[in-house]
Order: sequence, then structure tokens, then C-alpha cells
Amino acid sequence: MSDTTADVPTAVPAVLVEGVDKVFDTKKGTVTALEQIDLTVAPGEFVSLIGPSGCGKSTLLRLIADLDTPTTGSLTVFGKTARQARIDQEYGIAFQQAGLLPWRDVSANIELPLELHGVGKAARAARSAELLALVGLSDFADSYPDQLSGGMQQRVAIARSLAESPRLLLMDEPFGALDEMTRERMQTELVRITAETGAAVVFVTHSIPEAVYLSNRVVVMSPRPGRIRDITTVSLGSAAERTEQLREDEAFFENVSIVRELLHGETPVGIRGVENR
Amino acid sequence: MTASPARLPRRRGNPVAGRVLLGAAGVVLLVVIWELYKALGPASGVVIGDLTVLPRTTDIAMPHVWDMIATLFEPASGGRKGDPVWLVVAQAAAFTLGVAAVGWIVGVVVGMLLAVLMQRFRTAESAVLPWIILSQTVPLIAIAPLVRRWGSQISVGDFSWENWMSVAVIASYLAFFPVSIGALRGLNSPDANHVELFRSYGAGWWRTLVTLRLPASVPYLLPALRLAAANAVIGTVVAEVSIGLKGGIGRMILEYAQQASSDPARTWAPIFGAIAVGLVAAGFIALLGVLLRRYRRGEVPA
Repeated sequence: MSDTTADVPTAVPAVLVEGVDKVFDTKKGTVTALEQIDLTVAPGEFVSLIGPSGCGKSTLLRLIADLDTPTTGSLTVFGKTARQARIDQEYGIAFQQAGLLPWRDVSANIELPLELHGVGKAARAARSAELLALVGLSDFADSYPDQLSGGMQQRVAIARSLAESPRLLLMDEPFGALDEMTRERMQTELVRITAETGAAVVFVTHSIPEAVYLSNRVVVMSPRPGRIRDITTVSLGSAAERTEQLREDEAFFENVSIVRELLHGETPVGIRGVENR
Repeated sequence: MTASPARLPRRRGNPVAGRVLLGAAGVVLLVVIWELYKALGPASGVVIGDLTVLPRTTDIAMPHVWDMIATLFEPASGGRKGDPVWLVVAQAAAFTLGVAAVGWIVGVVVGMLLAVLMQRFRTAESAVLPWIILSQTVPLIAIAPLVRRWGSQISVGDFSWENWMSVAVIASYLAFFPVSIGALRGLNSPDANHVELFRSYGAGWWRTLVTLRLPASVPYLLPALRLAAANAVIGTVVAEVSIGLKGGIGRMILEYAQQASSDPARTWAPIFGAIAVGLVAAGFIALLGVLLRRYRRGEVPA
């Protein structure tokens, strides 16, 4: 699976957003959710979108997923229109709610996209077994979602998003509803999983340490109207180097400070290493 | 009409035996109250002004429970000679149950189709839903002769309309209503998360219906099916009377009621039959619920 990126000509970005505006019509008039968004995500790159509520980060993700359409501007995924990319299953998606179907056991949930696309039973079973091993839930293949903890449900949802080996993962605050400890463990696992699959990731979050820990680049957004304020490159090495120790690392805190300053759009406050999200 | 589906799977604990015991205790309690009032209450009933608030306790108004049971084993007056009352009642009950089942099936199919139509097209919902609700305000007595007259004009080849079909149609007329309303709620119950997930898979309307909306509608559908079954039984019994269909419980209640002055206890025999039909129908739905229990699991929120 790690060779999936090799097939892609490096010239074709995973996601290319050019001059995108999104205006919602409401009863009280129009609301500009996104204004003049330009963003490029390279294949295999991990990009986080961070910003306060209402900055349009989720809206941007939904546009990439073709769950909504931009008002103006162009948006391509692997060189295709967002719509075509959705139909071709170029991306896997995970939301804040795990969104598992309660009447399906864990493996049937993971196999759902495969089943909908006519993959044979044996191939489905093999793939779900593989993915269960990847997310460390092999013992729970026959469990039902209501028998799992929130963190386990979210791991199943991530396995499901990986089912068709997509080259792009779209994640909308997937760890937002988890407790801090589970959250950190999930982050470490996600770094490992994306390294193994080589998929590009667009990750929406409002946690600064989370964005820094996971990303190659962090896109800082500001609200009303939603704009990209700045994009910062996180230089913390490859995924393999991002272990639990990184959280204690000086370089990690430096990057957290940089993102925080960008978010607040002010001069540095000078507090380091304080969890703040 | 619907219990919150999230709460459904949590209601375990009571072993089956305990519940059966409780149910039996309820029946015994009812018998005790009946007999106590009959023994202690005034023969002319409790009357306030001109209003009778509690019934008379004479044998004609309130026969003893044991008389009601004893009469079940006496030979029936009508029909074949020698058959005990309980057998005649059971045959009538089976007939009514059959007609009600046909009405229920037709009603469920029609109700489901209407719900799917309304789910698919928003305009259909605004156009059809008021009529569905309005349809239930038409009294049964009014439509029974109409259905019978229309039916009698249908005759295609070897097929000719029979009276029992009119009764089944009326039963289905009552049964489709809760199904269409319950199913519509159920089909619309998946949250935006799930619907968008299916959209992201490029799954069309039909696949989404079969894989997501129908399974998700089960917790809403089961209470609707139970209501539909009760409605179908009531509709059948009443329609049997208004259409004049012989062989069922409805007609039997009428016939036995006419003999009430000579044998008051016997009036109750077909009523027991009607209760039995209702119990069998409810039992069938309970069985359906057990078969579909997989779809009644609640998802624990993350």
C-alpha cells in the first residue's frame, strides 16, 4: 500500500483549491463562509485546518468531499473535479461522530463501502481483517458498535475510511469527542497509519497540539468571512520520527507557539508548553 | 406511538417467566374485581341523578366469570350439532384472523409504499400526508357499503369480488395509516452524518434506501406494525358487522348478543374470541420484533 503515492505523478496535487468562495443563502440574507481560498495539498502530505468555530474549516473539507459545492472558484482532487473524485472514490472520510451503523458488526461496518461498490465477499473479509489488524481491533470483529468505547468506535470509523485504500483521507475533528488520553493515543496511531498507507490527509481540528503533532503543514484560518490567515510548515521530521516523546520535545513546543501566535494574530505571549485548545 | 429507539435495547433484565407471571396476575386481578363488585355492589348499579356510573350487578348485566367459562363447553345452538361453543368461536376467530392478516399485509405494503414515496419526493409529502391523515377521519360505517358496492362491480375473468375481500380492504384502510406515518419517520431517522457518508460513497437513492434507511426505520416501524395489527383486527370485526359477512367473530358477537336475555354468559364467548385474535396478532408482531432485534440496537454515542 505504501507504494500508492509512487503511481501519482508528483505534478498532480492531491487537492488543488483555487480562488474558492462559499456563500450560504439564509433567511437573514447571505453569509460568506469562505472567501478567496487557495490551497494545495501534495500527495502523501498531512495538512491540518485549524481555526476558531465559524472559520469555515469544516465547510472547506465538505467542499473537497463534494458534500457541498463552491459558489465560485475551482476545486480539483487528483486533477479531477470534486464530483468525479467522489464518484471514483478517491477519498475516504471520517467525521467527529463515528457514524457506524448500529445493526452491523464491526467488520460489516468496515466492509460497508466495499459492499456498496460490489466487492466480493472473500475480498471484503480479507480487507476488513487487514484493517482491523491495522487499527488494533482484531478481537472485536464480531462486536457491535454499542459494545465499543468511543475511541474504539472512532478507530473502526478510520478503518472504514481506509477500506478502499484511498490516496486522500478527509477527517473532520475525528478525535473531537474523545478524552485527552484516548485522543493522544489515537493521534499516535493515525501518524503510524498514514505513514503505512501513504495517503494524503486533510484534517480539521481546533486543537493546536493535535495539529502540530500530526501535520506537515498547518493552515490557520480566521472567521467571518472564513479566510486562510497563514500556512506554516511544521518541521518535526517524518512520521516515523513522530513518537510519544515528541510531545515533550522543545521543537514541538516551538511549533505550537508559532501556530498559536498565528491563530491569535498577535505578538507572542511567551507561554510555552501549556496545553491550550 | 414510538418509544425512543435509543432506549429500546436497554429494557432487559426481567426474565420471561416473571413477565408471564405478572401478566397472569393482571388477569386474575381483573376477575377478582369483577366478582367482588358483583357480590358487593347494589343490584341496580350505582346511579347519580339519572346517570348510571357503575353497572348493575344482575346475572344478565354481569354474569359470573365461571359461567362465562362453563358456557364455552356447552354445545353451540347454531351450526353443526354437537360442536361445543369454544370450537365454534375458535373457527370464527381463525376466519377473522385470516381476513385481518390479509388486510394487515395489504395495509403494510400500501403504507410502506406511501412512506417511501413521501421520503423520496418532498412535494409528495406535502401533497399526500394531509390526505392520509384526513382518510382516518372518515367513519368506518360510511365506507363499508361503498367498498362493498364498488367491489361487487369488479369481475375479471374467473375472478369475482367476494365479501371477505371488502372486509380485508376496510381492515387495510385502518392498518396502512400508522405504517405510513411510522415508516416515514423511520426512513427520515438517519442523521446527516450517515446520509453524507452514503453520499461520499456515491451510493444512489435506492442503495441508500435499502442499506441505510430501511434498517434504520425498524425501531420506528415495529410499534407502527403493532398498531396496524390492532387496527386490522378491529377493522375486520367492525366491517364484518357492517358488511354482513358471515363466518367471523363480528357476526358472531351480534348473533350471541341477541340471545343475551336467555344466556347472558354466552355473549362473552365471541368477545373472548376477539381477544384471542388480538393476542395472536400481537404475538406475531412480538415475534417479528425478535427476528429484527439486530436492527434495534442503539448506538452509544462516541
